[in-house]
Amino acid sequence: MAIIGNPKYAERIDHHLAKYETKRSAVMPLLFIAQEEYGWVNAEGIDEVAQILNLDPTQVKSIAGFYTMYSERPKGKYWLQVCTDLPCALKGADDFHAWLKDELGVEEGGTTKDGMFTVEHVMCLAACDKAPMLQCNFHYVENLDQDKMRELLAKWRLEAAQAANGRG
Amino acid sequence: MHILLRGRDIENIKQLDVYEGHGGFAGLQKALAMTPSEVIDVVKASGLRGRGGAGFPTGVKWSFIPQHEPVKFVTVNADESETGTFKDREIMEENPYQLIEGSLICAYAIQAKAVYIYLRGEFWDIGDQLDECIESLRAKGYVGENIMGSGYNCEVYTHLGAGAYICGEESALLNSLEGYLGQPRVRPPFPAQKGGGLYKEATVVNNVETLANVPFILSEGADAFKAIGTEQSTGNKIYCVSGHVKRPDNYELPMGTTFRELLYEQAGGPLYEERPFKAMLPSGGSGPIVPLTDEVLDTPMSYEDCANIGTIIGSASIIVMDETVDMTWVASKVTKFFQHESCGKCTPCREGTYWLDKVIDRILDGRGSPEDVKRIADVAENMAGTTLCALGDFAANPIIHTIRHFPDDFARHVQT
Repeated sequence: MAIIGNPKYAERIDHHLAKYETKRSAVMPLLFIAQEEYGWVNAEGIDEVAQILNLDPTQVKSIAGFYTMYSERPKGKYWLQVCTDLPCALKGADDFHAWLKDELGVEEGGTTKDGMFTVEHVMCLAACDKAPMLQCNFHYVENLDQDKMRELLAKWRLEAAQAANGRG
Repeated sequence: MHILLRGRDIENIKQLDVYEGHGGFAGLQKALAMTPSEVIDVVKASGLRGRGGAGFPTGVKWSFIPQHEPVKFVTVNADESETGTFKDREIMEENPYQLIEGSLICAYAIQAKAVYIYLRGEFWDIGDQLDECIESLRAKGYVGENIMGSGYNCEVYTHLGAGAYICGEESALLNSLEGYLGQPRVRPPFPAQKGGGLYKEATVVNNVETLANVPFILSEGADAFKAIGTEQSTGNKIYCVSGHVKRPDNYELPMGTTFRELLYEQAGGPLYEERPFKAMLPSGGSGPIVPLTDEVLDTPMSYEDCANIGTIIGSASIIVMDETVDMTWVASKVTKFFQHESCGKCTPCREGTYWLDKVIDRILDGRGSPEDVKRIADVAENMAGTTLCALGDFAANPIIHTIRHFPDDFARHVQT
């Protein structure tokens, strides 16, 4: 599918185009929409955003490359970003991050073979009183430990399996 | 008494009818009955200073906006990204209408056309909640045309960033909001001037916590606000406490409360009884680290008193470390943060943070020499004051001050 002409996004795109003084200001929200459609910010998404905003694709790509929340390559179904910044690290986040990569058998930034999980570390997420924590597809999961994390991984695997079977 | 974290006292204050039932929008109503310059005078008289870190007097900032300019904007800095800071998040999650009311009072005071709330991209769920709040407010005549029957029109919008610390710097934030790279601008012109703000129009950029104080100042009066805190640091402040304490959390207390009261009475003291406190970063990764001596513990948390102990209160994101923590490791952690977050525009910061990170890694690996410690101090000192924004200074702080206060922690790694 595409984002241009896709009824799923039409209203949101119009909202963003209307709220700013210039079209160009809508580049960030539109990149999020492209990422939602394609799973990552691919060339098609860049081209469509550029077309909507009358920008050159290179200008859009430079914005996508500047920010960490736009993914320039495909990620797993669950994109796990573990905060390992100082306050979280004082509460064991480095060990937790290393354990999680081991548990899933991935390197930093890697994705599990079944395409389910991508694990990477990120800078402070403003949840320092609830460390260790991570962000899963942009939603916070806090006060983690190994047991809680194993339960979550099982839950997400089940969710994905149910969705694949059309029962989700 | 909570002025800001009222979600802790009043159940469901995040619902509009409950917020209204507890004095919500009395401040805005009062402001709308005054002239814009009278509103600015009240905020000036309150002594409120910016809560994002710089501590600049809020009313003075508003008064810089040229009244004759036809188009003006308010931008709310909700990019909360300083390491150890998680206060704006609680305000927006638990007491969102108070932030919007404060923003509208600011907007009226400078006669702004619109308010843009710039949220860090990770605050995805908060952005959705604020959008719902804005729609409820529009339905009841608090946002949009003819606000509360006053004839004043103002729109409120949210904008999500996408993961870049630098966008908390006001000119980078404005660039990002305009769809350009989130990099700082050359100033002057400053945001408050024509040519320097959002879409080149005069713009006030204020932190979330700053604006959340404003409804109280209008409804209760500047004197009620000034009665809290110290002479130069008025009102309450939210202190974000993290690291090795028993109860990491946000604590809203008067400015001028001592570090001892905060860290022992409120936060419960050291996380492990047998491991006393060693040091703290009182303003996240960007402010100078200080050893937690008795003198420091007895210092009031105010702009003026923190200067006396060689640090800043800044955003009051207090990261506490006990005696087991190696300060070379801390310098490395904080440097990695700034290396990652440097936007790349200014050479001293881009190259400096990169090389500092490399050399500290070498020291931590046991491959460094005593000259390396001198070298990083030298690099850090040469970065400070040479960049367009404060990130270059911030990145120098963790090196300069950890070496100054904890030379043994570095010496241990470089003994041959």
